[in-house]
Order: sequence, then structure tokens, then C-alpha cells
Amino acid sequence: MVVSQETVANRSPERPNEHSVIRFENVGLRYGMGPEILRDISLQIPDRSFQFLSGPSGAGKTTLLRLLFLSLKPTRGLITVFGKDRSRISRQDLPLIRRRIGVVFQDFRLLDHMTTYENVALPLRVRGREEASYRNDVTELLKWVGLGERMHVLPPVLSGGEKQRAAIARALIEQPEILLADEPTGNVDPPLARRLLRLFIELNRLGTAVVIATHDLGLMEQVDARRMIISGGRLDIYD
Amino acid sequence: MTELPEEIGSARDASGGQQRAQRKTAPIVPERNVVGNALVFVIAIMTFLSCLTLGAVTLVRDTASVWENQIAREATIQIKPVDGLDMEAALESAARIATGFAGVTGARIVDRQATARLLEPWLGTGLNIDELPVPRLVIVTIDQASPPDFAAMRAMIAPELPSASLDDHRTWVDRLVAMAHTTVTIGVTVLVLMLSATVLSVVFATRGAMAGNGHIIEVLHFVGAEAGFIAREFRQHFLLTGMKGAAAGGVAAIIVFIAFSFWSSMNMATPEADQATALFGNFAIGAAGYLGCALIVIVIAALTAATSHMTVVSYLAEIDMRHPDGG
Repeated sequence: MVVSQETVANRSPERPNEHSVIRFENVGLRYGMGPEILRDISLQIPDRSFQFLSGPSGAGKTTLLRLLFLSLKPTRGLITVFGKDRSRISRQDLPLIRRRIGVVFQDFRLLDHMTTYENVALPLRVRGREEASYRNDVTELLKWVGLGERMHVLPPVLSGGEKQRAAIARALIEQPEILLADEPTGNVDPPLARRLLRLFIELNRLGTAVVIATHDLGLMEQVDARRMIISGGRLDIYD
Repeated sequence: MTELPEEIGSARDASGGQQRAQRKTAPIVPERNVVGNALVFVIAIMTFLSCLTLGAVTLVRDTASVWENQIAREATIQIKPVDGLDMEAALESAARIATGFAGVTGARIVDRQATARLLEPWLGTGLNIDELPVPRLVIVTIDQASPPDFAAMRAMIAPELPSASLDDHRTWVDRLVAMAHTTVTIGVTVLVLMLSATVLSVVFATRGAMAGNGHIIEVLHFVGAEAGFIAREFRQHFLLTGMKGAAAGGVAAIIVFIAFSFWSSMNMATPEADQATALFGNFAIGAAGYLGCALIVIVIAALTAATSHMTVVSYLAEIDMRHPDGG
């Protein structure tokens, strides 16, 4: 199944006057005094854009995603997130920035003692919101990702695909401006992978910039979207 | 969120609302797990042992203080019989001299019958005390708050009654006081060691319990929870855990003391109880002991909460400073 080209908002990073959600300029990253894992990475994630991040295993996809998610600091270069210089963002301000970035982890990271509903509502709960104020939103979102019937079960009894959708719903509940997904189809069969891809495309239509890290060429071939290929620590972008 | 992807959005939840109403929202930090239970046990045991040690030290301190005071309450003038001495007059004279000193509340002559009774275990009954050169005693009761000048008393008695000697029990008291102080010092040292061991056990057990919660801290961090929120959740959880364990241990220790105190009062005047009472007093640890136990419980619970707080803060700092791991 190939998703039609019109379904994604494919925007060129070089297009003038376009608003960037995240921007890297000559970013490098190394372990201590070791060799650089990422070298001279320059990229822009435009507003409402859709792109794949790919490359062989161990090439640095997850590391690049963690830089995008501000869970790592670059050893050199400039990262701008929502117009702010990453090096000037204090630890106190990081949570506020993170709330504008949704992340779907490769291993889902759902909390096993909470139901699907509670896991998805967690980002709102940690902001101190009353349950009554978000109950309908969470229920609606869970139905939207097809987990309406699995709302009150604990993650250990969910299938891989259901966990993945719960993780996606949790990343979306705060309506982030950008969604980062690490190998979101790595644990699911091809039909479900296609369903999840449609979900990401739908999100993108609704206005969220999407970055999907994957080494699944089959998945990328289904969508005509920007590809960022990381190899040997360098990034090549194919618009 | 109105446009649903066809394949995914087809599922609908009809019974969700009902189920939701039946279940209380799960706490952010899971209430109980094996590590959490072990932590409660460790805290309870260490608190119990700390409270027992504190109670024992309180007992020893009180008993030592009682020994010291009982002995220091009296002094003795001993008059040896010598040729030409009118013993009764000498006893009267010694009692008079003693009572003339400030700090002496009374002087009692141990009469013939009492003296004979004192010698009875060695010399048997029916003893005629006048046939033997038995020294006689005057017991001087002293005001503990302002004891008399024994040196002056001795100096005044010596010229008038050359065969009299004043025993202020100083040597005996000094030895007892030294022993009591040594016992209390050893007790306090044991208490300090016990409390240190408790602090370390509680800190390490809490850190152990926290290690199993690393993934929760990480998830909360990545969904945008502020450090203060995460630290507060864990602090509250571990304060409660610490309270449960420490209260159980403290209450168990207090029950032990009450039981001993009860046993002691029930067996009063039996040889076993007399022996135990001679060594440990009446087993009552008093208000100070109970307050000390309560303080230990509070400190241990606070320590558990503080340790979890510090662990969360350092874990979060570590997440933010973490090195790349490839991928």
C-alpha cells in the first residue's frame, strides 16, 4: 500500500521565511575524548513537516533523536529549539520545552502499574491538571488510536502494536508541535506498521511536524517524504 | 481529533466509563513491590533495635544515677572501743558534732540491738555486745544538694574522739560513679554506632528501592514533569514507607519495654525480680525514653524521605548530563 504524495506536508528546509521547529548548525557529538559520533550535522525541522531519519544500525539515529529531544547536549555546534538556543535553556526551563515535543520511544516506556488511560494522561497529570479537565480528551484520543476498548487494562496485557499506539497517544496528548518516533514499527507486523504510518500521516495533516527514525526501507517507500540518512556520523538530506 | 484513520479508529469503548468509575487513579509511584516491602522491614528492624538500644541506655543511665545518689545520701562515723571511752557519750558527742554542720539533715546512732543484728550473720544470735570490742556507728544523713564539708567535720571529730573515723563513702562513691559513667559512655557509644548503622541501612535500602524506580523517574522526566514534581512524589511515597516501618519498629520496642516493666511489677519481691531490679532499676524507661523512641521514628522516616529526594535529584541531573550511547 503506498500512501499518496499529497498526504504529507513535504517542505524544503531551504525555503525562505519558513518557521523551524528545530534547527541544527554544524552540530558534533563525541564521548569524552573519543571520536565524534555525529559530525557537522546541519538540519532544519520545519513546522508541520514530515520526514524519515534513517541509516544503518549503530549509525547514531537514536543519538540524533536524543539531541532533538534535548536529552543530550552537543559537544559543538548550535541547536535552536522553538527559536531558543539550546545552550541557553536552563534545566528548569527544559520541562516546558519538552512539553512541546512528543516522543515515542522504541521500547514504549509505559508504566506497568498504570492503565493505558493513566499512561496516556500522565503528561497532563504531571502538570497538575485535574482529571475532570482532561478525561474526555484522553478518552477521545485513545479511541482515535483504536485503544477505546483497551483503556483500562495494564500495559503488560497489551500487544506490541497496542503498546506502540498507547505510547503514541501519550506523546500526542499535549498536542506537541513536533513528534519524534524511534523505530515505531520495529516491533509490529507489516499491516500494523502501515496502520501506524497512516496514523503519523494523519497527525501531520493536523499540523504536527513528524520525525520517524527507522531503518525499515519498506516503510519509507510507502511515503514520499523527506529522508535524512545518517551514516558514518554524517547526515545527508534527500528532499 | 475528529478524522479517524479508518483501520485504527474503528474500535470503540462502550464500557470504559463504568470501569473507570470503579478504579481509583493509580499513584505515580507504585504503592507496593517486593523491594518496597523489604525496605519497610529493614526500617522496622533497625528502628526497633535503635529504640531498644536507646531504652537500654536510658535504663543504665537512670540506674547509675540512682546508685550514685543513694550512696552519697549518707556518711558514717565509726567509733572503735578503746580503754576508758564512754561509748554512749562518744556516740552522742559524734552525733552532736555532725548535726552542727550545715548540709547534715540528721544523725542516727545505730543502737546496741541494731549493731547486734548487723553482726548476727557472723556471730549468731544471743550475742552480748558489751563482751566484745565492737565498733559502733553513727549514720549521718546529708543534704545531697549541699553536702557538708567532710574535711572540717573530720578535723573537728579527731581531737575530741581520737578513736572515731568519718567515712563519707567517697572511695566507694567515686568507684561507683566511675563505673556508672563508664557504663553510660559504653551505652551511648553503642547507641551512636546503632544509630549510624540505622542511618546507613536506611539510606542504602532506600537507594536500593529507588533503583527499581529509575524507569518511572525517566518517563516522568521525558513527559515534561518538573524536577520538583518528581522529587515531591517520591519524597511523599518514601516518607509514608519510612513512617510505616519506623512506627512499627518503634511501637514494637515500646511494647517490649512495657512488657518488661509489667513483668517487673508483677514479680516484685521475688528473687529473680530483685536481682533484675538491682541491675536495671524498675525497667521503666520514663518519658525521656518514650520521647527518644518517638524522635528516632520521626528522624528515620524523614531520613527515608530525604534520601529518596536526593536520589531523584541526582538521577535527574544524571539524565540531563548523560553521554551518548550510539544507536
